[in-house]
Amino acid sequence: MTVLTYREAVRNALADELRSDPKVIFFGEDVAVAGGVFKVTPGLYEEFGGERVRDTPISEEAFVGMALGAAITGLRPIVELMFADFIPVAMDQIVNQIAKYRYMSGGQFVVPLTIRSAQGGGVGFGTQHSQTAENWLMNTPGLKVVVPGNPADAYGLLRGAIRENNPVVVLEHKGLYNMKGEVPDDLGPLPLGKARVVREGSDLTIVATQLVCQHSLKVAEELAAEGISVEIIDLRTMVPLDSETLLSSIAKTGRLVVVEEAPHASGWGGDIVSLAADQGIFYLDAPVKRVNMGNVMFAYSEPLEKLAIPSPERIKAAVREVLAT
Amino acid sequence: MAKNTTDKVRNGRATPTSRPSDSLTKDTLLEMYWKMLLSRRVDERAWMIHRQGKIVFHISAIGQEAIQVAAAYTIHLGVDYIVPYYRDLALVLCAGVTPEDFMISLYGKEGELSSLARQMPSHFGAKPFNIVSTSAPVATQVVHAAGMAFAIKYRIQNELQDPNDRTQPRLAVTSLGEGSTSQGEWHEAMNWAGVHQLPFICIVQNNHYAISVPVDKQMAVPNVADRAAAYGVEGIIVDGNDVLACYDVMHYAVQKAYRGDGPTLIEAKTYRMTPHSSDDDDRTYRERSEVDAWRDKDPLLRLANHLKAQGLLTDAVIEGYDKRARKIVDEAQRAAEERPYPPGESAIAPVYAEAN
Repeated sequence: MTVLTYREAVRNALADELRSDPKVIFFGEDVAVAGGVFKVTPGLYEEFGGERVRDTPISEEAFVGMALGAAITGLRPIVELMFADFIPVAMDQIVNQIAKYRYMSGGQFVVPLTIRSAQGGGVGFGTQHSQTAENWLMNTPGLKVVVPGNPADAYGLLRGAIRENNPVVVLEHKGLYNMKGEVPDDLGPLPLGKARVVREGSDLTIVATQLVCQHSLKVAEELAAEGISVEIIDLRTMVPLDSETLLSSIAKTGRLVVVEEAPHASGWGGDIVSLAADQGIFYLDAPVKRVNMGNVMFAYSEPLEKLAIPSPERIKAAVREVLAT
Repeated sequence: MAKNTTDKVRNGRATPTSRPSDSLTKDTLLEMYWKMLLSRRVDERAWMIHRQGKIVFHISAIGQEAIQVAAAYTIHLGVDYIVPYYRDLALVLCAGVTPEDFMISLYGKEGELSSLARQMPSHFGAKPFNIVSTSAPVATQVVHAAGMAFAIKYRIQNELQDPNDRTQPRLAVTSLGEGSTSQGEWHEAMNWAGVHQLPFICIVQNNHYAISVPVDKQMAVPNVADRAAAYGVEGIIVDGNDVLACYDVMHYAVQKAYRGDGPTLIEAKTYRMTPHSSDDDDRTYRERSEVDAWRDKDPLLRLANHLKAQGLLTDAVIEGYDKRARKIVDEAQRAAEERPYPPGESAIAPVYAEAN
């Protein structure tokens, strides 16, 4: 067992996959010589060389599309989009090309392609460097979407993504890059599509991811002092979604709060609620609540951003409200 | 560091002294003529059955067959990557797609070659021939082709591929209309090809229209090839209705790519002799006199006249070809009409790879 930061875990996953297969290549803006703007990728260029770890021109549409071309030939490219906010720059390639390639070639072409990107707020990067991207991508069949919430998952799920014969978008949370956690020394690639119960409880279930999962853990600890037992599920992958873990949790607790670092409309929290309503309605003892960003955007100014992202206080208030009904 | 190739940018024929097409045999020349003719007849039938209400959509290659057949006869067909656009009927017919395959795609019938009838017709893709699926949003395929060329160079440099192994793809060739060169992706892909000197050939089939928008409303320079200099890519202009001139420049670009000497942009000046697709009426945006003038420059007619003047072709032979083409097209149409539609329950696949 080694304690690593989330950042180091991502780097190790990239290094281990580059080491294990010469068909794995990695490119993106500033990822090679500079080691990435978040210092996630230092040393990869030195170890694997400029052929395999490559700096690109500022041309997201081109290098994401080129990665598709390279994947079709049998290479296993990993591309980094520096900020998840830049995903829309390459959206045609991701939605119209990469996601659909297998389907619209009648299964002739497989796309073993991984897109990594840093998403999420809480670090004062403003409106266009903080967004979360899973909701844009979940609406696109053909993609898998991974949202690691701790160092072990950042390592194992990224390796699992690179081994996939499907296009996978791995959305790292840049507010978690400094997070430390234990990573088992023998941890290999993790399968996608499994949620994790990160805290067991009996009174209420919180479903969350990444930064707001950490906020939820804080709330659960505080409420434990009052004798309230909160169970927390970290979804880990948005596509495929692990409905089994969710349903067995609400069967136990009977109450549900969904916490999203994302706007409300068409947000993934709606999918969780719809799943609970469709397959778990008789487990529920109270109405469900979603805690999210409403219609508000990320802001640079600290108090504005804090107001937008579900805070421990807002999560706690929602938990109390659901427990009171 | 990429080589500075801007000094090599030029217009005109690649090899002014000796023409590779001079060494084409009579059999090959007649075969090239036959492929152009077959493509034309298949294409004409597609228009006919569309007007009869039998199919939903057709988009045509008529008038643009010369550069496509020239490309097919210069690359290593079935091995090098072909990343076509939706007008490349003649090219894909040369590569192994059959008239029956094409008819099945027009009708959207079961087992359709390119996409199991998921995509619109003419969005060609056939892995056995290394034809990589065509996309509907234009110019997106150019970056894919650059990515394939990048992968080839990567494999060679990292000893995953022997540069002289002819069983492996040694270049990626893509094509598009001049209208699509206004897209950012085209510029980004050309930039990549130039920076990394990729084994990449971009054929711009300049047919003078982006649906209804004429070329002078699309760009401020007279030639797409003029832009090549900005990317450090060699740009060549060719008469796209002269199949032998097209053969010469393609031959040059292909051999250059095989040698590892970098990318080429070929601008084939041609003309779209039909409306953009079966869904528009070109009488609303261009004069009939303009279309008629280009009819005289029809690449099929020009090759026939050239071969007749050389004593290699007679009207009787052409008539025989026509009869043969009609029979093939009739049979292809019948086979497509008799074929069932895909079962509805198959629509949910193949979204994901089942297992790794």
